[in-house]
Amino acid sequence: MDLRFTPEENAFRQEVRAFFRENLDPKVHAKLVEGRHASRQDLVDWTRTLNAHGWGVPHWPAEYGGTGWDPVRQYIFLEELQAFPAPAPLAFGVNMVGPVIYKFGSDEQKARFLPRIANMDDWWCQGFSEPGSGSDLASLKTKAVRDGDDYVVNGQKTWTTLAQYADWIFCLVRTDPAAKKQEGISFLLIDMKTPGITVRPIELIDGGHEVNEVFFDDVRVPAENLVGRENKGWDYAKFLLGNERTNIARVGVSKERLRRIRELASLEHIGTEPMIRNSRFREKLAAVEVELKALEMTQLRVVAAERTREKGKPDPASSVLKIKGSEIQQATTELLMDVVGPYALPYVPDREDDRWDELANEPPIGPDWAATVAPTYFNWRKVSIYGGSNEIQRNIIAKAILGL
Amino acid sequence: MDFDLTDEQRLLKDSVERFVADRYDFESRKRFMAEPEGFSREMWASMAELGLLAVPFAEEHGGIGGGPVETMIVMEAFGRGLVVEPYLSTVVLGGGLLRHGGSEAQRAEILPAVASGEMLLAFAQVERGSRYDLHDVSTTARPDGGGFVLDGEKGVVLHGEGADRLLVTARVSGGRRDREGIGLFLVDGKTRGVSRRGYPTQDGMRAAEISFDGVRLGPDSVVGEPGNALPLVERVVDEAIAALCAEAVGAMGAMGETTVDYIKTRKQFGVAIGAFQSLQHRAADMVVMTEQARSMTYLATMMAGVDDAAERGPAIAAAKVQIGRSGRFVGQQSIQLHGGVGVTMEYKIGHYFKRVTMIDTAFGDADHHLSRLAETGGLFKAA
Ligand SMILES: Cc1cc2nc3c(=O)[nH]c(=O)nc-3n(C[C@H](O)[C@H](O)[C@H](O)COP(=O)(O)OP(=O)(O)OC[C@H]3O[C@@H](n4cnc5c(N)ncnc54)[C@H](O)[C@@H]3O)c2cc1C
Repeated sequence: MDLRFTPEENAFRQEVRAFFRENLDPKVHAKLVEGRHASRQDLVDWTRTLNAHGWGVPHWPAEYGGTGWDPVRQYIFLEELQAFPAPAPLAFGVNMVGPVIYKFGSDEQKARFLPRIANMDDWWCQGFSEPGSGSDLASLKTKAVRDGDDYVVNGQKTWTTLAQYADWIFCLVRTDPAAKKQEGISFLLIDMKTPGITVRPIELIDGGHEVNEVFFDDVRVPAENLVGRENKGWDYAKFLLGNERTNIARVGVSKERLRRIRELASLEHIGTEPMIRNSRFREKLAAVEVELKALEMTQLRVVAAERTREKGKPDPASSVLKIKGSEIQQATTELLMDVVGPYALPYVPDREDDRWDELANEPPIGPDWAATVAPTYFNWRKVSIYGGSNEIQRNIIAKAILGL
Repeated sequence: MDFDLTDEQRLLKDSVERFVADRYDFESRKRFMAEPEGFSREMWASMAELGLLAVPFAEEHGGIGGGPVETMIVMEAFGRGLVVEPYLSTVVLGGGLLRHGGSEAQRAEILPAVASGEMLLAFAQVERGSRYDLHDVSTTARPDGGGFVLDGEKGVVLHGEGADRLLVTARVSGGRRDREGIGLFLVDGKTRGVSRRGYPTQDGMRAAEISFDGVRLGPDSVVGEPGNALPLVERVVDEAIAALCAEAVGAMGAMGETTVDYIKTRKQFGVAIGAFQSLQHRAADMVVMTEQARSMTYLATMMAGVDDAAERGPAIAAAKVQIGRSGRFVGQQSIQLHGGVGVTMEYKIGHYFKRVTMIDTAFGDADHHLSRLAETGGLFKAA
């Protein structure tokens, strides 16, 4: 047992960090530090920078552009990316549909889509959830009926993250209404420009536009866009959701947030004393640090075990990572609320606009980092809901680990 | 970075787990506790035979030269078995203090006797007013001729009543809470002026209140630097905390398994109660808390061997916080999921709960270590 990284791994970490320092636009970096989002263009540019360096899809098999790093290096890369902080490549492409395509897709699909995913030539979104099908995803109703060389799709998806930017959507659709609910589902790739698709925004709790409803009205999808076999889509979806959960702990993100909190808490004062000297606050902060350290160690245990696990089989322990990871992320947003105090109150509608600084012809109200704090706290309630809610994760632990 | 055990460590793990499984069932434990000393001399001799008492000591002192990982392995298994023998006080604490701070003569005399099971040690440190502060010492050691005269009272000395030798912290100079001026002394339990009052503990072990009244000590009783023993004490206490973390994880694992077995078999409303989702989620949360505790035990184990207190301290404190929190949660939920039988003396689950509760109060509870950690500037310094 040796929990230290090797000198080579430490050197690798330095290499990654140096690359980020030299290649990430400082303006984008500053946005993330301030708790704002990278814009669409920021993300495309950054993904291309990574991809040009060979780091666009490190975790993919080498034949599709992966780096061949072992799980420890994969982890170091991801942690550095999150902690820097640098924008994370769009998960819907590189973590979700990409692996489904290289694992189950046809050669034509691989050749057509994979390089474009890695380079972000296509923006992908995920069309799984429906108004009536959230946690019980397999109950989905959007249907696809074979008609000649096409499927004709009718129905509605919802909660579709960043569909407003998307070129493509991967969907679960019902192709056999008579079969048992998991057995009549197929996995379709749909061009968002196809006639009959309508995207409507859903405004989230913080006023932001990140999710949408997507309507399908007699949308004709070429049958060649079916992934794998008809009615086997549930298997592919399970594979995809398993991958989704492996990086869900987001230890690097929370580390960066805690450092930021510490920094801001030394600028803000309670009376004459910097907040960071206040013992109540400090102990709250320390309590979250303890949880995060434990999570980091748990994550490393899962990473180390991955080296010997069968590839593509998610560890049931990843449910532990999801539960704790989301709780800790939420706890960091609460700590920032503590730090900002009364200046959580003002609502700044333009805070996500790229021209934010120029738009504001008056100085910010309160500290210049305050505008994102309350919206992030509100918005971050989502992290224990999506990706398999924390209750669903507990069901998984009860069944898969405890056999209840 | 790996969490793998070496072949020797895996052998040790197998053998200590088998020992606990075969010879330390709950009924046997009750018998051991009823023996005059509150534990079984026969078990102690078997542990010596298996080499468990020799784990952390150098070969020249009759040991097997193990490190914190080996101690973790033993303690986790002991946690599963709720072992009541004086392993922590004799091997980890007493043995640790001598291993790190004893003179060559002290080590040569005592450590082989510890390893062979002939000698028991205890660490007399807590005082009525000191709570968890290791530097809060009122007991005095007044220089006298070449030696010292010891006066004062020590409390909740784990296995202090029957220990052959006591390791006692005492103030050589300075005020009650000064970090400087603390000495560590090796005292024969039968020396004139030492009186001991033993009693049972909540978790099935034994402890003692010990008073020292004009106890005369020779110069060879000093362990480490006279008047500067605090760093030594802190180091060994940190090792003991890592060991306790492992013991607690063993206990939590056993509680989790016992509880899951129970809810799979206990029927109400015509079904196994484990079919109720509220209980399933509670059991899932127990897994989360146990795994987090296990992770921190690994961290504590790795850090226990680090010489630099500034590097070691925060990690150990963080681990103790997690163990305290996890132990409380897992313990309370285990009882709850058992219903009435969980609060009986007869059934074993409550005994695990009591042990993890007392582990929290040993060498600083979660709150104590949280403030200790908060003082240090945190776990995640800018890299
Ligand atoms: C910001 C955001 C972005 C999202 N992005 C996408 C996306 O891009 N693509 C996509 O397809 N989906 C997306 N989702 C949808 C997300 O996956 C669902 O919200 C999630 O699966 C939960 O479904 P639901 O919202 O219908 O809640 P419900 O399933 O109705 O759950 C409501 C409550 O009941 C609990 N519950 C449900 N079933 C059980 C059970 N069996 N046992 C115990 N408790 C239960 C849940 O935990 C929750 O607390 C997104 C969601 C959000 C909030």
